[in-house]
Amino acid sequence: MSLFFQVILDGLWAGLLYGLIAAGLSLIWGVMDVLNFAHGDFLMVGMYVSFFLGFLFKADPLVSWVASGIFLFLFGMLTYKLVISRILGKAMAPLLATFGLSMMVKNLVLNRFSPNFRILESTILEGRSFMVGDVIVPLPQFVTSLFALAVLGLLYWMLTRTRFGWAVQATALDGEAARLMGVNTEKIFLLVFGIGGACVGIAGGLLPSYLATHPDVGTLFSLIAFMIVAMGGFGSVPGALVAAVMVGLIESLAGFYIGPVYKYIAVFGIYLVVILIRPKGLFGW
Amino acid sequence: MSEMLQVRGVSMKFGALLANKDVSFDVEEGAIVGLIGPNGAGKTTLFNCVAGFYKPSAGSIRFRGEEIAGLPSYKVARKGLARTFQVVRPLKEMSVFENILVGAYLGHPDNKHARKVAEECLEICFLQEWRDWPAGDMTIGNKKRLEVARALATSPRMILLDEAVAGLTSTEVREMVEVIKRLKANGLTVLMVEHIMEAIMPIADKIVVLASGEKIAEGAPKDIVRDPKVITAYLGKKYAETMDKGAGA
Amino acid sequence: MDYKKLLSKFGWPLLLVALAALPLAGLVGPGFSSHVLITVLLTAAMAQAWNLIGGYGGQVSFGHSVFFGIGAYGAAFAVCVGKTSPWPGMIVGAVLAAVTAVIVSYPCFKLKGHYFAIATFAVVEIFNRVFMIWDWVGGAVGLDYTILEDGWRNFTWSVDKRGYYLGALVLFALVFTITRVIERSRFGYYLRAVREGQETAESLGVNSTGVKLTAMALSAFLAALCGAFFAQYNFRVDPPMVMSLDMSMKFVLVAILGGIGTFWGPLLGALVLIPLQEYSRAYLAKLGSGVDLIIFGLIIILMMVYQPGGILGILTGSRKRQARLRARLAAEGGAK
Repeated sequence: MSLFFQVILDGLWAGLLYGLIAAGLSLIWGVMDVLNFAHGDFLMVGMYVSFFLGFLFKADPLVSWVASGIFLFLFGMLTYKLVISRILGKAMAPLLATFGLSMMVKNLVLNRFSPNFRILESTILEGRSFMVGDVIVPLPQFVTSLFALAVLGLLYWMLTRTRFGWAVQATALDGEAARLMGVNTEKIFLLVFGIGGACVGIAGGLLPSYLATHPDVGTLFSLIAFMIVAMGGFGSVPGALVAAVMVGLIESLAGFYIGPVYKYIAVFGIYLVVILIRPKGLFGW
Repeated sequence: MSEMLQVRGVSMKFGALLANKDVSFDVEEGAIVGLIGPNGAGKTTLFNCVAGFYKPSAGSIRFRGEEIAGLPSYKVARKGLARTFQVVRPLKEMSVFENILVGAYLGHPDNKHARKVAEECLEICFLQEWRDWPAGDMTIGNKKRLEVARALATSPRMILLDEAVAGLTSTEVREMVEVIKRLKANGLTVLMVEHIMEAIMPIADKIVVLASGEKIAEGAPKDIVRDPKVITAYLGKKYAETMDKGAGA
Repeated sequence: MDYKKLLSKFGWPLLLVALAALPLAGLVGPGFSSHVLITVLLTAAMAQAWNLIGGYGGQVSFGHSVFFGIGAYGAAFAVCVGKTSPWPGMIVGAVLAAVTAVIVSYPCFKLKGHYFAIATFAVVEIFNRVFMIWDWVGGAVGLDYTILEDGWRNFTWSVDKRGYYLGALVLFALVFTITRVIERSRFGYYLRAVREGQETAESLGVNSTGVKLTAMALSAFLAALCGAFFAQYNFRVDPPMVMSLDMSMKFVLVAILGGIGTFWGPLLGALVLIPLQEYSRAYLAKLGSGVDLIIFGLIIILMMVYQPGGILGILTGSRKRQARLRARLAAEGGAK
């Protein structure tokens, strides 16, 4: 039985991490109907920022996440200003442009920093864990999960309880009407892209505590985040959280009970079943 | 005259909202029938049921004796019942001619005949000079006539017009009325949903009036405008008086 | 007749004749430029196959590497496991790809926009992972060709590339001719009508689901033939090589960069991108790995931002825009 709980909890940590990664994507998709293909590469960049801060200045990921968050906030806004703002609303153009961005960023990092896997040694959380009954809780994953809940909570609070959040929601519902009501939608879009970047930057900042950094690390995370957002219903923060935990649990259960090679087949397969039954996601309308 | 379309006891529910309640009427072959009513009367819902867009919750719709309620819209079109859209829907990246050609292929699978039919419809609907224009780049009047031309190209027995003259300038309205008269002259049956009286009264053979989802009156235009139920529900007294004077003069 | 009409009438057959004459002129042989030429023809055929459903039909699929892969595995399986000629495998693979396309697309066509795109990503990932662990088709190692006798029976040429060139040309001619015929037929107009407005098309008697499924099946069939050629050309297949998102993106990008939904777009896209990719890979290698892809990525971004109509849009864009402007002015003038 404790083995079962172990599997469930492992799935939960994975799911919460996915939730943290998907949050920014969901926000951007929900507000401006843009699918950022480079989202996983944003994560990868965040990991490199954190890794090099640790490698060069002995900064721990527990601190570096602030820097990667800020870096990706700026990177997100830059991406919006230079690329997205010029092609917003043009069907597939933003998706393909961000695919180009993904290709560029990934290979730039590959070219500069080699394809090697980089592991940050002796971080504060490294290898630590605690026990709950018979179940092992690894500390890095646990802390990341707390961050995920905090960031998602903050995002939810911001969207539903602040003036800025209302403006964002109004823009998401009807950009034209929001503009007429005096909302500076251009500024909203810019900030939303920045905040979306910051969320994934925070995730990237924390990850070197327990995950190797390499140029291709974001690819699978990208796909999983796409699925989560589509499954949760775009723009819905609670939806994204539920879908993320679901994906984490499926992955963990399938990996343990069927076999590791089957876990993503199960994840993608169940995603397809869900989306075909509910074409606008679990919480979409 | 035989019945082209028979609507019998049609009701349409959206959740708790009853958009149409037990509506029955006939459209006779070769006639122009107007379906009118104030906003929210359920005209568009009824129209969409007939066109195969919605499946009515109850009742039957027979077109030339065949039940069509609940058929997908492309099958309704294949039976010879064509429609236009209230909010115009040009196939934007295609030319006016190509738009009409798509319709013409329904009855004429071979290129040569389809193109000939499309050219004819272009002419009937006063669109020759716009032939090669991108359909998305025209005035609303042209787009509305394109809707009719496209539907006409499918060689239908009957045509459903959804607010074909709403939002047009007076010149454009005159052109559209002329087009509708040409449809009738070509032996087509027409059912038009409309709320502009001036356009529909002179050309309709019969008017069906809906209010709050129910049929409240049916008859010749001159009788409809005098019907007290219709006047209170929709037209207002003033209109009836002007019509009276017009008829008296 | 002005030159435009002449071009649209005779341009395509003339191009084919010219391409067929190249080997006779001794311009195709074992060299690198022949490899580039073959890759251009193959890529153009791939992009055009995608263009049928993605461009004319407006269903932007990121799943075409699945069909490409099935075709590639079909040929490779016949050679490596069946120990026979690749031809039967090619045909069976293409039919299987078309059947797969219909089964997968039927439910996915209910999804719109990004939801459709993501579903096709998921389909690719599932197929990729299944083939990775499926020992019967070689699993992650894939299928490696043994040395075969050169010639058409084995569709194999070890040094001289003339055979491959002719094979690629036939494939290219097949896909483009089918597209040209469809473009000017009832089916082609229906396909574009469904793209421009599904409900409108249905109101005109078009069975939109049937039209989309037919186009998808045809597109998958042709993509699979391209995959079979690819396997024969590279002497091997494995899942990352033929059945991956990267391969899927190649279909989409070449078509879009060339000019989506146009007859010449896929050829233009391949003509510009493939030489760029092959030569930059060869000559920029000293700058380290990935430089070709950095440039590629940058071009994609610039193209999307400045010329979403693709290369064809650059060639014809300004003229079309002027015509539209004039049309709009005239329309407004008429309204007054």
